[in-house]
Amino acid sequence: MKILVVDDFSTMRRIVKNLLGDLGFKNIEEADDGNTALPKLQSGNFDFLVTDWNMPGMTGIDLLKAVRADPNLATLPVLMVTAESKREQIIEAAQAGVNGYVVKPFTAGTLEEKITKIFERVNG
Amino acid sequence: MTEAGSSTTANKSSEEQLALAKKLVDKLESGHSDEAEEIIAELANKSQVPDSLFEEVGRLTRELHEAINNFVLDDQMAEMVQVDMPNAKERLQYVIETTEKAANDTLSAIEAAMPVSESLKDRSTHLSGQWDKFLHREMEVEDFRLLSQELRDFLEGLTGESHELHNRLNEIMMAQGFQDLTGQVIKKVISLVQDVESRLVHIIRLAGDMHTSQNDEEIRKQKMADEHGPAIPGVTQSEVVSGQDDVDDLLSSLGF
Repeated sequence: MKILVVDDFSTMRRIVKNLLGDLGFKNIEEADDGNTALPKLQSGNFDFLVTDWNMPGMTGIDLLKAVRADPNLATLPVLMVTAESKREQIIEAAQAGVNGYVVKPFTAGTLEEKITKIFERVNG
Repeated sequence: MTEAGSSTTANKSSEEQLALAKKLVDKLESGHSDEAEEIIAELANKSQVPDSLFEEVGRLTRELHEAINNFVLDDQMAEMVQVDMPNAKERLQYVIETTEKAANDTLSAIEAAMPVSESLKDRSTHLSGQWDKFLHREMEVEDFRLLSQELRDFLEGLTGESHELHNRLNEIMMAQGFQDLTGQVIKKVISLVQDVESRLVHIIRLAGDMHTSQNDEEIRKQKMADEHGPAIPGVTQSEVVSGQDDVDDLLSSLGF
């Protein structure tokens, strides 16, 4: 299982990376915005994408849309972990095809629950 | 006029002023206040300030006055003063509260973990000493039975205690999420300060007769960016979910 974690704050990337490591996921790469994430996704055989929304350069929502528009990435499971908590944004993400949405600040339990749910659905 | 000429004029004028001043003192001492006032008026008339300087000061004052009026009437400026500045205060208040919570969460987790690690350290030191005694055949049978029981208790508790320590370390890690949240908010306040700065520079330029027009596109982009980031109580206008449960409800209502 290869996972890409995208966030412009390196502290948050470390936190997510550690939590994923705790859940047994060790093959994790990082990117600091959509512009650096997209080429990695296109060439890297990733199984799962965890992304923030508000980032300079390319935002997480634009990255999600680009992923869904790319035939090779269209089915990649995507979890948003973001401080964006406006209803219209959550709806926008849902319409763009997000697989899960976690608002910051979050707990380790919430992240685990959402990830488990996504993989149950993807595998089921 | 030559330099020598101008200095002669200056000398002449200061001699006249000196003479008038002496006369003024005489008049004042002798109590002729009306005449003294006339002399004061005459002295004032003899001041060397050219009319063009008055005109220049007048022009600058007028322009600065207009610039300040425009500054006050400018809609964006008004919004900045009435909305953005108080918002900035609330944003910084949010930073204080979030960092305070992170610090307290971290300290609480450490305070909870400390006794656990202390007790592990003490008991493992004690058991290690006892075990050495056993290896060196310095232990009575009764003592060995006690050691065996202690070892069993220690190992039984170890799973729970290491789990407890792991959880506390996790809490400390999660508390560091504040850096992302407050970082986003501080970036916004910095951009507001830069905006105010550029407007003040604009005013100074107006006073200096160097008109530059506002870049409206940049301001619009700024407004868009302002909407992003953590929801701040009293600042965020849009409808905001109250937590993860709300997010889950909203998504399940959308068929998730």
